[in-house]
Amino acid sequence: MMPRFYSALKYAAVLIWSAFVLAPFMWALTTSFKTANGVTGGPTYLPWIQYKPSLHGWESLFGGAGGIDIVQPYIDSIIVTVGASIISIVLGTLAAYGLSRFQYRAGFVKNSDIVFFFISQRIMPPIVLAIPFFLMLQFLGLLDTKTGLIIVYIALLLPIAVWIMVDFFDGVPRAVDEMAMLDGCTPFEAFFKVVLPNSLPGILVALMFCLIFGWNDFFFAFTLTFTDTQLLPVAIVALNSSVTPWWSLSASALISVAPLVLIAFFVERLLSRGTLAGAIR
Amino acid sequence: MSLVVQELSLVRNGVPHLGGVSATFPRGQLTAVIGRTLAGKTTLLRVIAGLQAIDGGMLDLDGRPFGRLPAWKRDVAMVYQQFINYPHLSVFENVAFPLRKKRLARTEVERRVREVLSTVGLADFGKRRPSAISGGQQQRVALARALVREANILLLDEPLVNLDYKLREQLRDEFRSLFSTQEHSVVIFNTTDPAEAMMIADQIVVMHEGRIAQIGKPADVFEAPVSVAVAEIINDPPMNILAGRIDGDGLLLGEGLRLPAPPRLATLPRRAYRFGVRAGELAPADEAPLVGAVTFSEVSGSETTLHVAGEKGSVVLQLEGVFVMPPGTRIGVAIPADRLFVFEDDGEGRLISAPAAIGGS
Repeated sequence: MMPRFYSALKYAAVLIWSAFVLAPFMWALTTSFKTANGVTGGPTYLPWIQYKPSLHGWESLFGGAGGIDIVQPYIDSIIVTVGASIISIVLGTLAAYGLSRFQYRAGFVKNSDIVFFFISQRIMPPIVLAIPFFLMLQFLGLLDTKTGLIIVYIALLLPIAVWIMVDFFDGVPRAVDEMAMLDGCTPFEAFFKVVLPNSLPGILVALMFCLIFGWNDFFFAFTLTFTDTQLLPVAIVALNSSVTPWWSLSASALISVAPLVLIAFFVERLLSRGTLAGAIR
Repeated sequence: MSLVVQELSLVRNGVPHLGGVSATFPRGQLTAVIGRTLAGKTTLLRVIAGLQAIDGGMLDLDGRPFGRLPAWKRDVAMVYQQFINYPHLSVFENVAFPLRKKRLARTEVERRVREVLSTVGLADFGKRRPSAISGGQQQRVALARALVREANILLLDEPLVNLDYKLREQLRDEFRSLFSTQEHSVVIFNTTDPAEAMMIADQIVVMHEGRIAQIGKPADVFEAPVSVAVAEIINDPPMNILAGRIDGDGLLLGEGLRLPAPPRLATLPRRAYRFGVRAGELAPADEAPLVGAVTFSEVSGSETTLHVAGEKGSVVLQLEGVFVMPPGTRIGVAIPADRLFVFEDDGEGRLISAPAAIGGS
């Protein structure tokens, strides 16, 4: 009897939590199909019964009247986020392997200090970095370009990748690399054939964090680009005019979180599959 | 045809890990390197494998120096204390890994892996992941991966130490036949256990504090340990060492323990020595010169180990059979004077006289 009671309690808790998490999405979903009248007419949730659904909010995102064209910013956002994340993961993984396996020393600076240096990039408030980044990109002629943003994002995402991967590589016994070398692998082969396959969960987690942080950035996309390049968060904000178009904002919010929800879903699936999670004991 | 190491030296942070280590390891023979923890055994293997740089010394296989080759070009196989396998590969692929790296033909790889897996008793486990088998089986996988290569040099760093008692006995018994397949290899086996070394080795190298204390056949090292340190390392429990002297009245051991001098010792100069006697050669006796209280007793297998503290000296006895002796029990201990080892009474403690070997043991 007791186990059933506990599992009922557990499901109740999960249900309450789900409602808590999903409520904003439901709100955004219903609002995205409303018009000005529907939004101001008090809380209504049931289409056709409580309000008259309209595609106006969604149309305005694809060049409809009084809206924007979200397609180009969307593509730009994907290019910048994915590009910066992949480069960060590649560089970060290599850097982390070095920091995990070899001892570096320059005076009093040791491995742990180097790792901290990477993380310290994230301690500074973005506003402190904005001006140097602006000047740097201006000097390079990369203001208002995707390339410029990718470079800035790499600087922001690399610390995350290094930090997560150092921890992961430290968890793979050094004897495993040694064994691979005794079995005839050069250090690079040992890394690619043995250490890397065993670190796949860590790489996925790091990649997920990079994608999330990159995708959600508004500040640098806002300060370092103007007209030629516009990322999704900036484009969405540009929707705002004298009257807040709640319907288009809701639709764009849903569209913009969609990829993150998908990524989280897949990574969670992969990690919970025993093959990956149980790779290292 | 052998592996020769000469004057290997390694000092790290002022601590000497290897101090002029020289030894010859013949092909087709199993050499056991025995010594206490931190004696430099693992360091020696890592140096031979190319995983540890040295300050000085020479490494040479069949007359060809290889000290400058990186680890991946040395053709050395190694089994670690911990069960190290590739977690992302199946048991079969783990064992096949070094062969695939050598680009052997697929059928050849299959044949050799199946053969060695059945040798180590894992024929039915090829598809499992290392994480899905027991510790003993994981160590067999590591062993199989080392054996399958038929490498020039096979290094085993206390491969049995992390296994439970029964499995250890079993694998130890199998080792001799396992290594008989490696007739062209130099096999070096690290251990802290004298019984293990005696049982499987053709040659024993005793290491102490980063140096080689003695090299020889197991029986020779056991019967004539060159120093107090070797005598302690090569016996388990360690040999009892008592300070004492030879004078006009015979032998004086510990704090006033009088024994008649047997003919072998009566001719030695009259001065201070250190005397050694194996724990297994002491026996309880009613009429005995050494009487003391049991401070600790331990039964393992069919043997009982007793620690006895007496006014005239403290000793450890090892008795065949199971005896229950609560701490505080007073017993007499008979010390057979003709079984005493005599060592110099100095820092090194060099062997001066050893008793005759007991019937070929």
